[in-house]
Amino acid sequence: MIHNRRLATANIGVAIAAFGIATFMALMQSLSRASLDLPWRSAKMYYLSVTGHGVLMALVFTTFFIMALGVAFTTSALNRPLKWPRAGWVAFWIAVVGTVMTTWAILWGKATVLYTFYPPLQAHWAFYVGVTLLVVGSWVWGAVVIATYLGWKKDNPGKPMPLAVYGILTTIIVWYLATVAVASEMLFLLIPWSLGLKETVDPLLARMLFWFFGHPLVYFWLLPAYVVWYTVLPREAGGKLFSDPLARMVFALFIILSTPVGFHHQFMDPGIAAGWKMAHTIATFAILFPSFVTAFTVTASLEVAGRMRGATGWFDWIWKLPWNNPLVASVLLSMIMFAVGGFGGAINAAFGMNAVVHNTAWIQGHFHLTVGTAVALTFMGTAYWLVPKLVGRDLELSLLAKWQPYLWFVGMLLFSISNHITGLMGMPRRVFEAGYGGSEIAAQWSGLTLVSALGGILLFVSASFFLLSMLGTVLAGRKAEQPPLEFAEPLEGQPTKLLVFDRVWAWVVVAVILVAIAYAYPLADHLAMETFGSPGFKPF
Amino acid sequence: MHVDLYERIWMWGAGGIVILFLGTIGVATVSQGRLPPSHVETIDPQSVFADERFAERGVTIHPDGSAEVIMIAMMFNFLPNEIRVPANVPVTFRLTSPDVVHGFQIVGTNGNTMVVPGYVSQFTITFDTPGEYLITCNEYCGLGHHNMSATLIVEEGA
Repeated sequence: MIHNRRLATANIGVAIAAFGIATFMALMQSLSRASLDLPWRSAKMYYLSVTGHGVLMALVFTTFFIMALGVAFTTSALNRPLKWPRAGWVAFWIAVVGTVMTTWAILWGKATVLYTFYPPLQAHWAFYVGVTLLVVGSWVWGAVVIATYLGWKKDNPGKPMPLAVYGILTTIIVWYLATVAVASEMLFLLIPWSLGLKETVDPLLARMLFWFFGHPLVYFWLLPAYVVWYTVLPREAGGKLFSDPLARMVFALFIILSTPVGFHHQFMDPGIAAGWKMAHTIATFAILFPSFVTAFTVTASLEVAGRMRGATGWFDWIWKLPWNNPLVASVLLSMIMFAVGGFGGAINAAFGMNAVVHNTAWIQGHFHLTVGTAVALTFMGTAYWLVPKLVGRDLELSLLAKWQPYLWFVGMLLFSISNHITGLMGMPRRVFEAGYGGSEIAAQWSGLTLVSALGGILLFVSASFFLLSMLGTVLAGRKAEQPPLEFAEPLEGQPTKLLVFDRVWAWVVVAVILVAIAYAYPLADHLAMETFGSPGFKPF
Repeated sequence: MHVDLYERIWMWGAGGIVILFLGTIGVATVSQGRLPPSHVETIDPQSVFADERFAERGVTIHPDGSAEVIMIAMMFNFLPNEIRVPANVPVTFRLTSPDVVHGFQIVGTNGNTMVVPGYVSQFTITFDTPGEYLITCNEYCGLGHHNMSATLIVEEGA
């Protein structure tokens, strides 16, 4: 059963609230980029909104949602409450205070630096301190989950941990490895600089630390989605998990490969030697492998489900799946989009092709398939299934919940495909409008920006369905006993023996060594070079 | 550990694809010397205009026919704002910023670089199609970001 329900509910509540605010911003942005004249439309509003949307979606919604999942999944899978429940609440409140500070700075127009906050654009110090507190809160949460697991391990020597717990631990480990960098960027560079204690910062050093954090951040989002795909989806679809050991292998590979990859975001940066960019390219391609394995295992689990539901032919198992179950539909559609987004990612990782798409609309098209659908739609689907269990009420407005994933899928197709194409045509990302003073070249983009805006409208309607259903469930759902939170059984039964993948700490050591090779040397090299700092600028 | 036959085949296939992708890049790297774009050179962003490397901006044609373009990317313009270069010769762009991070993209080509204050960005490109090109700033740099652009005219070679 789920323990510490109120804590999980509080976390998921903040996540959904952040999602709601960010959704309104997204609608305005997609209309603005199509140069549609709306009341109150201005460049100032647009860039403020892009910052708010990025921070609230990519940092706040995801982090709080993952903290909720961590509490619910760990306590259910281990069937024991959190070891330090008070520390769990401390984590929540630190993260809330951080979120409020950051959101305040953004909404008051003092931090229009986008969610990447590249200096020398300089935000109000509250923005940086707030983001740091959000991260510190998540650190405390991670420690609470790990302590709970260690308590279980002590009571169950020699027993493999449940797969869901393995996945959550992987998420926490990747997060710790990643956030060391962003915390350093904040504490040593941006916070003292924004407070005036430091005159200048080195913008490239800040970018290196940001992307040291920025790419594993992607896996911090994705791994909990994978946990749902592996441990919840097969059961909800009426089947079993095809392979438990390979799922563990996938998580172990993510522990070691998630972090030494960040320079692929900086292929176009000056000041970083080509050899290091090449080394990170290799690790970036290697990380395709665990996702390929995931595609097989999860699809095979779905086939098992279809056959257990009576399918006999080659493909009819697909139609036997419960496509009207909001969680199942969300995840299936997420997986389709992730397949496309994954190959797009391979294109971005090849530095030759990256030169064509870097910082164009292609990139926002890409990450709205990956984080914007594979992760976000999976999380929405998970919420339809988890929130009723947390609050002990039936899902309200379930008709909206049934249609919402499909609407998201169609909206995202329009949004993402049009952005991929305009990106290939050279339209930059993150622009208030793209007319360029009547340029004929820019004029070719305008039809597709309208398609993107239409996609934005559909996504907004879809997000509203989700929010209404969630709000309805919490406020007006019928109070009723909910089925317990249970995970998919592996086809071959629960594992009884420890595998090499279960030696988590050994994998952590390998990961630390790889990160040291991939980053310690280039960072040391960089610090040894004579560089010039930049004072802050606030052009917003 | 038991692994299903089909999954085993799939994993070999997946490994093969990863190696194929990396191999493609590796072959281009080894046989044609194609490395990731990179140029390591620093500059004081607070004295860019006084620095002799950027004091004079614009296009220089070298005796061997190749061209060099010196440009500054700043809020919210490129200096100079219109440049003319010959077609079918290597053109080396050198850029820096006196303020925030900018982007520099020649739309319709793979001419694309970040412009980071404190550093000099440099890359070489050959244009084979004469005509007018749009240059955009593709990294958010403030409220005028979407207006930051320049024009490149590629002229038929002599």
